Amino acid sequence: MAKTMQVSLVAADREVWSGEATVVNCRTLAGEIGIMADHQPVMSVLAGGQVDVRTVEDGHWVAAVDGGFISVADNHVRLLCEYAELSHESDFEEAKRLMEERKAALEGED
Amino acid sequence: MAVSLREYRARIRSVESTKKITRAMELIAASRIIKAQQRAQQAAPYARELTRAVSALVTYSNTDHPLTTEPEDPKRAAILIVTSDRGLAGAYSSSVLKEGERLAERLRGEGKEVVTYLTGRKGEAYFRFRGREIADSWSGFSDQPRYENAKQVGEALIGAFTADEGEPEQVDEVHLVYTQFRSMLVQEPHAVRMLPLEIVESDERPERDEVLPLYEFEPSPQEVLDALLPKYVQSRIFYALLQASASELAARQKAMKSATDNAEELIKKYTRIANQARQAGITQEISEIVGGVNALADANAAGD
Repeated sequence: MAKTMQVSLVAADREVWSGEATVVNCRTLAGEIGIMADHQPVMSVLAGGQVDVRTVEDGHWVAAVDGGFISVADNHVRLLCEYAELSHESDFEEAKRLMEERKAALEGED
Repeated sequence: MAVSLREYRARIRSVESTKKITRAMELIAASRIIKAQQRAQQAAPYARELTRAVSALVTYSNTDHPLTTEPEDPKRAAILIVTSDRGLAGAYSSSVLKEGERLAERLRGEGKEVVTYLTGRKGEAYFRFRGREIADSWSGFSDQPRYENAKQVGEALIGAFTADEGEPEQVDEVHLVYTQFRSMLVQEPHAVRMLPLEIVESDERPERDEVLPLYEFEPSPQEVLDALLPKYVQSRIFYALLQASASELAARQKAMKSATDNAEELIKKYTRIANQARQAGITQEISEIVGGVNALADANAAGD
């Protein structure tokens, strides 16, 4: 089995997920980055988009983030985002409603 | 007796209903404090990680950033005062406003012009009533601040700090006045200078003996710093708002508890006076009856 590392996804107001994982894929300003266990220390700026994590025992989750930071050190990957939402926790209808609401608000401002 | 028994009874009833209200507010505040503390705890990991990242960055790269450079001759200082939206929280808002005034006085003494930013309706009312100028204010979230609120405030303050010389809203430093939540009983108004950022200081300081890893910065230290520092400022503001909301609720709970106690005291006092009045009435009636009987007896004796 592949070596694992500690991963935590932290949003501004809560810790979204933390646990063991084997691979983290995410987008940074410099391009896509894939991280496996024992990666060298890196600190980079995340671009908005998705974070893809393969957890132990073939688990897998995807989260939407609005940009933030990734720091890798001592086999611990920290993903810091202002807003982050796991795909299996997010509510499509709710998100759609919020988007419509914002759109209406923006149009109202014009 | 100056006031009739009926009037005392009416007073007791009105104090009783006041007591019910204050008691309800006390319980509501108490239950919300727990939530506010939980929110503060949930926000802690983000603040801690951000602080770690900033200290690593500052330690291993000697890049300068506009948010960390001291202006040579600071002329204008902005103060952000965090107050509450609603009253009935004892001296909560007035003590944080007083702390703000003290800081403003000190800054004026140093020859700086003071610009005020506010959050919370109480602060707005205080300044508007005195006809003072407010640069900007936000309200409606004092008991349940969200990260968006902190972000909004942070963006405005960073905007003012990084504005070019000569622009009307340009300031050289930013101070933050909020109430720190020490415990359920103690909340202290607290003033800190937020910008320019000093050497990273936070309650969530990483352990002393922990050696920071030698990071590689992508795309470059400068770019990471550019993105990191505004978030750090916003996270500090968010922390302050959360602390303030917990303090506000604790202050409200305390104020409402003493209001309830006072109402109880008042009810006791009025009940005692009302009983006295009732007793006095009875005594008077008895003496009138006895007097009447005596008078009748005297009249009968005279008639015999």
